[in-house]
Amino acid sequence: MLNDIFIKPFVDMFTAPDFLLQVLWEGLVSGILYALIALGFVLIFRSSRIFNFAQGIMVVFAALTLVGLHAMGVPAWICVLLTLAVMFGLAVTIERVVLRPLVGQPDIILFMATIGITLFLIGLGEIIFGGENKVMITEELGIPTDSVVLEPWGGLLILEQKDITAVIVAALLVVALLAFLNKTRMGRAIRALGDDHQAALSVGISLQQIWVLVWFIAGIIALVTGIAWGARAGVSFALEVIAYKALPVLMLGGLESITGAIVGGLMIGMLEKLFEIYWGQPLLGGNTETWFAFVLALIVLLFRPQGLFGERIIERV
Amino acid sequence: MLYRTAGQFKTSYQADQALFPVRQDAFLLAVILAFAWVIFPLMASEFAFQTLLIPILIYSLAALGLNILTGYAGQLSLGTAAFMGVGAYACYKMVTLMPWLNPVVAILFSGVFSAGVGVAFGIPSLRIKGFYLAIATLAAQFFLVWLFEKWGWLYNYNASGAIQVPNLEMFGVYVAGPQASSTVQYYVVLAIVTLLTLLCINLTRGNLGRTWKATRDMDIAAELIGINLMRSKLTAFAVSSYVVGVAGALFVFMWRGAAEPNLFDIPLSFRILFIAIIGGLGSILGNYLGAILIVGLPVVLNTLPEALGIPISSATVEHLNIMIVGSLIIFFLIIEPHGLARLWALIREKLIIWPFPH
Repeated sequence: MLNDIFIKPFVDMFTAPDFLLQVLWEGLVSGILYALIALGFVLIFRSSRIFNFAQGIMVVFAALTLVGLHAMGVPAWICVLLTLAVMFGLAVTIERVVLRPLVGQPDIILFMATIGITLFLIGLGEIIFGGENKVMITEELGIPTDSVVLEPWGGLLILEQKDITAVIVAALLVVALLAFLNKTRMGRAIRALGDDHQAALSVGISLQQIWVLVWFIAGIIALVTGIAWGARAGVSFALEVIAYKALPVLMLGGLESITGAIVGGLMIGMLEKLFEIYWGQPLLGGNTETWFAFVLALIVLLFRPQGLFGERIIERV
Repeated sequence: MLYRTAGQFKTSYQADQALFPVRQDAFLLAVILAFAWVIFPLMASEFAFQTLLIPILIYSLAALGLNILTGYAGQLSLGTAAFMGVGAYACYKMVTLMPWLNPVVAILFSGVFSAGVGVAFGIPSLRIKGFYLAIATLAAQFFLVWLFEKWGWLYNYNASGAIQVPNLEMFGVYVAGPQASSTVQYYVVLAIVTLLTLLCINLTRGNLGRTWKATRDMDIAAELIGINLMRSKLTAFAVSSYVVGVAGALFVFMWRGAAEPNLFDIPLSFRILFIAIIGGLGSILGNYLGAILIVGLPVVLNTLPEALGIPISSATVEHLNIMIVGSLIIFFLIIEPHGLARLWALIREKLIIWPFPH
């Protein structure tokens, strides 16, 4: 038993390093997607203290809209633009109908409201697009679908090109986002709002505009995540469960930190794959990915209650 | 006119702190209890028992359990369904290991197991607060559901992986399983729900309840006036999980008849959270109002198109239902963020001074 827990997995890792690399790569790719979803959460949480549970369904909704539009015969790139327009419309509607009347309510009320949005979008999506699994329009968007085969140490390592594309696009998106937040007026306004609502309002930053903007950015992130994940697993409402995977990422990285979301996402993606392959499947009957991330985050939080990169919690009386 | 508090003088603290300081409230409750115990069972059809009466009671009990933790002690939990699962599986193991055990005793005792698990998962609350804690309770949610699926001993190594409620009898009458009649099950559920509600009302009015409320309102201040936060939070987790566990046992044994692990997945947790929040956090009455709305609404919506003669497929109705429930949640949060219980409190105040505005 002890041998199986402490020795055998590591021996396996060293005797088959190519397989270990493959596992790490798979973990990295899913970790990138967790990080993207967590990024959407963090943006909205920082600027409005809203714990946006609807981020997962926004991913599904964006992907469904894209595929649905293409099925109607619209060229692929115009579909992307139209989907962005739809996400913008969604952001405006959510701000007008849901958030504006609820300004200043306790956090839990706003959180519940986003669950309400989730249910509404699930129903709407099912009625418009139907519930069956759809194929993402990978080739039409110009994403390569071949795979790269490497042979480190005489072994075999297969990298799918669409995964490589996803990693590159995600990295570019993060860089663009950081540049936007740090270098532009709008981005600075978002960060100001995150630091202090009252002060930001008093220097003339419009709460409403910023909220629409933030939800729209979250929508763009959702579309990118939807394309990347849809290319791997098809587009269906099952995608929504990856939203739950972003939650431990947030705990681990801290609810306010963009770096935290990215580092946390990559860590959780890789560690949960490692645990599943080397410990979960042989010892626990598999499928440990559903809870491993949560338990890991819980243990980290017991020692650092604000997460790895979160703002230090200072209590004033 | 009927709702007047004038003339009901309190001459002692005891009378002022009584459960029903206003006579009309006691009368109203008596009427409701009479309906629940006598009139509904006489009038209800099998359909009404199975789709409305029994589930509303069970969901209210589960929401009551959650409300003690979230509404009274201020610890947000998203793992309610998993604790219901613990209650249900504990009850299943008890009645299959000890078939001679009285089923009602088994149901009431199964809450003890979920209370234990609840305390274990409540320990992080001593360090973690707010949304971090909410996500931490999700760890319980996902881990426990996974455990229900993988640990064969829990479901007696059934090939299906689900638990089937056997026929259980008490004093010669079947109370659970395929042979039990809905009326008997309804009475068992109603008795347990009434008992636990009474218990919870008095717990929340007493010393323990005040400790919880102090912890909720400001934990540092509570600590400063000498409240042991660890005791306060962990007792809240224990009592809450006990009630939720009993609700879970009732859920499977008195209503569903069988359960798969994914029955206790996260949608059920959210459903109960909706009930507690739409009903009103920090109120006992609210759980019932919320359950009536959340359980009753889909039933009404399902029968509505047929009654109006609108041709519409049942799948579309299902999806429309989800949409309508989602928008209603937002609607109720906007018109009254403190829930239906607050709405009733406002109506009551208006009634007392009616027809004058002030």
